[in-house]
Amino acid sequence: MSAGTGSVFSMRGNVLRHNLLTALLLGPATAWLVVFLVLPFVAITVFSVGERAPEGGYQAAFTLAQYANLPARATAFWNTMVLAPAGALACLLVAYPVAYYLALRAPQRWRLILLALVVIPFWTSLLMRTYAWMYVLGGRGIPALLAYVGIEDVRLINTPGAVLLGIVYGYLPLMILPIYVSLERLDRQLLEASADLGATPISTFLGVTLRLSLPGVMTGFSLVMILLLGEYLIPTLLGGGKVFFIGNALVDLFLQSRNWPFGSAIAITLVAVSVVVLLAANRISTRLSGARRVDLI
Amino acid sequence: MSKSYRDGLPISPEKFVDQLMRLKRGSIGRREFLGLTGLGLATAVMARELGIMPSPAFAQEGLGDRMSIATWPNYHDPATFENFKAETGVAVEVNVFGSNEEMLAKLQAGASGWSLFVPTNYTISTYKKLGIIEALDMAKLANYDGSQEDPRFTGEGTIDGVTYAVPKNWGTTGFAVNTKKLTKPMTSWKEFWDTAMAEGDGRTMVHDYQLTTIGNALKYFGFSFNSLKPDELAKAEELLLKVKPHLFAVSSDYQPSMRAGDAWMTMCWTNDGAQLHRDIPEIAYVLGKEGGEIWTDFYAIPKDAPNKPAGYALLNYLMNPKVAVKEHLANGAPSTDARVNALLPKEVLDNPILYPAAELLKPLEFGAAATLTDPGRAELMARFKSA
Repeated sequence: MSAGTGSVFSMRGNVLRHNLLTALLLGPATAWLVVFLVLPFVAITVFSVGERAPEGGYQAAFTLAQYANLPARATAFWNTMVLAPAGALACLLVAYPVAYYLALRAPQRWRLILLALVVIPFWTSLLMRTYAWMYVLGGRGIPALLAYVGIEDVRLINTPGAVLLGIVYGYLPLMILPIYVSLERLDRQLLEASADLGATPISTFLGVTLRLSLPGVMTGFSLVMILLLGEYLIPTLLGGGKVFFIGNALVDLFLQSRNWPFGSAIAITLVAVSVVVLLAANRISTRLSGARRVDLI
Repeated sequence: MSKSYRDGLPISPEKFVDQLMRLKRGSIGRREFLGLTGLGLATAVMARELGIMPSPAFAQEGLGDRMSIATWPNYHDPATFENFKAETGVAVEVNVFGSNEEMLAKLQAGASGWSLFVPTNYTISTYKKLGIIEALDMAKLANYDGSQEDPRFTGEGTIDGVTYAVPKNWGTTGFAVNTKKLTKPMTSWKEFWDTAMAEGDGRTMVHDYQLTTIGNALKYFGFSFNSLKPDELAKAEELLLKVKPHLFAVSSDYQPSMRAGDAWMTMCWTNDGAQLHRDIPEIAYVLGKEGGEIWTDFYAIPKDAPNKPAGYALLNYLMNPKVAVKEHLANGAPSTDARVNALLPKEVLDNPILYPAAELLKPLEFGAAATLTDPGRAELMARFKSA
């Protein structure tokens, strides 16, 4: 801050102007969040203590019956609670070596290009890319090629493996980027020091590289996991709608059986679960990486 | 530490968040997409810029230059809307839906933006009860001739003497079988479900639609397609849960899987059956001899239609037998209108998929309004899908 800007009075003027500017800049975002996040959330909360009208939809009431009915979707919650961490873990296992290569091994001049290649698929909607997988895995795709070399009647589409593949494919960049960022800022001298002190490459990796990249790992893990908690497109398209996640339960409740109050109660519960996951991930990553604060988003 | 981890990053956290937001925008898009279409059936937007001057006859009625219709996939001859635009200057935006519940949900939520839509027979009384469809002004539908309609299919459009909807076409719900893969001839729902657990293991599809999936499971035991009796539904549920691990998919978008050969057998509506059989002759369409569903799709106008004059104009246009006959040739569903049947080629009228033998039609039931809105059946479907 430059010294000698003048009297206390003009300093206060600056502060006022500064605050006004901040308010102006934050205004649109705040209005946006109030209209599209806070108000809908209030509406959903009100719905969730209401009743389903006889013809479907919502009718006013005050009851906790919808929450009491949550066990009716226990399987969907359970499936989601298994899918989300498992999908995030599979994503992590694929993403880490890629991020490691990009950050520590790739030639400097290729790095930006390779990073761009990771991000470019995001420019096409996930729906289109998942549709493409439907055809790659469907009877006229890979199974047709396999039949060509004599392996008949292989079914890939609508299997749990196809769902897992779709998840890893769809969310990979979200996992690679934060891990890449934390590996990139790794101080190389630490690796040399570790080697100088006699550590094997493996113990250097486990003791230094992996440990220091944990904040990135946790960020990527939470991002992917939170998105997976609401996932329903990939199980529907690549799993044949046979696997029922909480996202599928929500779609059915709002669009098929039109039980808006029950759907709202599930939505609120899902938000609560996501917040708990986020807080837990934040705490774990803070603990793992010493005292350093980690911004999740 | 003087050096911030943010220094010298090739991708800044802000840029990273940008990328994330881009994904999220994509995710809103796909949700909206699926929300509209249920199972990935494309929303075909056919509205184009106004290119042709409206003809004077219609222009003075103030039809505007565009309107929106909600209908089913592969259900119209695209040329119909082009011709309508050429005659009236009104461009038609087509929204495609996967289920009647979705249409109902959208209309219930309000501001759907449609000026015409295509509900199935069993939903009309519900729309009327909710007060969201228009009592039709028959004076504006000169091309409609009630005396030429087969009364079997028109009844549910008229409630207490007031017409709320006029029929588009009728059809049945049976199943399609790839007879090269499943060679044993089948004639019943019992065989459908038993085959699904045997030769058709991993190759059978059922609708993602409680009305037909539960209804046809009820037919296994000879119960009514519309049953709401707890003990009968319990038996249907038992069957569905037993079949579930053997299914290829629970989806109403079965044409792609049947065409690719991934699925060998599926629950199927008349028009899809006709299209599949036309393109792949070994795919047969079977009506269960125990019965099942017969249905009529209607045209109706929402009360809050933003362009009612155009809605009426398009409806009247579609009721012209010369237009309707092209619609029936394109979508493959049988007509309710004697004037249209008179114009259809003989091979269409002789097609047993479209016009099944009378003894096969006899046991079929129309779906009931209560069947669609029953919360118990909705919960049963959720248990089936999550099992």
